[in-house]
Amino acid sequence: MTRNTTTAEQGSDELVIAGETFGSRLIMGTGGAPSMHVLEEALAASGTELTTVAMRRVDPAARGSVLDVLRRREIRVLPNTAGCFTAGEAVLTAKLAREALGTNWVKLEVIADERTLLPDPVELIDAAEQLVDAGFVVLPYTNDDPVLARRLEQVGCAAVMPLGSPIGSGLGVRNPHNIELIVESAGVPVILDAGIGTASDAALAMELGCDAVLLATAVTRAQSPATMAAAMRHGVQAGRLARLAGRIPVRRHAQASSPWAGLSRPV
Amino acid sequence: MQVIVNGTPREVPAGTTVAALVSAVTTAAAGVAAALNDEVVPRALWTETAVREADRLEVLTAVQGG
Repeated sequence: MTRNTTTAEQGSDELVIAGETFGSRLIMGTGGAPSMHVLEEALAASGTELTTVAMRRVDPAARGSVLDVLRRREIRVLPNTAGCFTAGEAVLTAKLAREALGTNWVKLEVIADERTLLPDPVELIDAAEQLVDAGFVVLPYTNDDPVLARRLEQVGCAAVMPLGSPIGSGLGVRNPHNIELIVESAGVPVILDAGIGTASDAALAMELGCDAVLLATAVTRAQSPATMAAAMRHGVQAGRLARLAGRIPVRRHAQASSPWAGLSRPV
Repeated sequence: MQVIVNGTPREVPAGTTVAALVSAVTTAAAGVAAALNDEVVPRALWTETAVREADRLEVLTAVQGG
């Protein structure tokens, strides 16, 4: 623990996913930013080294590409399968992303419905198995369900990414106990994905033992995205250090921090 | 003959290739992938892959998301 704390303070506490190392434990999404310029400023302020994009039909009227921003900032691209409802759709989207972007990494999302955007566990496992078999590095967006997380790891996923609360909700980490259970038994990185609202949510996720946090809306739809991105960067770092430092136990009653010995008592 | 490109019907001459259809919908030189009837067509095969009547071609790229 002591050694880890020291290395973290020195800034060499790297995140390792599938053998690749990242200096930042904040993974960003790019959805929701009002402009490419605002997005670029926010990504720079976040310090992220890995950032998601979605795959959509080409728009002949589109000006500027999110890929140009990521290339300029030397940020690794992580395509997602957002909007897919079945394993078949997700697998095809991942294969198109691999072809278009030259990466075999994929953030696997298979959602059950548009109202909750919650993952469909059955389709998710099916898609994860198919993609692992096809040679992908699969990072699945999953429910905060320890059993499902274990199954995803067993089929070969390179990380598990449980939600803190529904996508875009800003409700934070609604079931910290389940996140702790996932962290306790995971043999792959645990990345808290979805639901983060503000910096303290990101810090809490890291204090619970998550290896990284993935967020988008909390930054891109904040009043000042770049300022919130900086806050998230610090929140993730603070939570990570606090986790490594080993927090004090919670007590029901006060424990004086000043000594009782030598106290002067007026007669 | 008619093919469907990104959900829109399009009249094209026989022998039209995936490469021709991709360049008809985007000028992007990179970051684009195509699927013909739900099967990825690798970029190296675009010029030699001809589409047929009622084929569905999807041409995708990366956008802001996630």
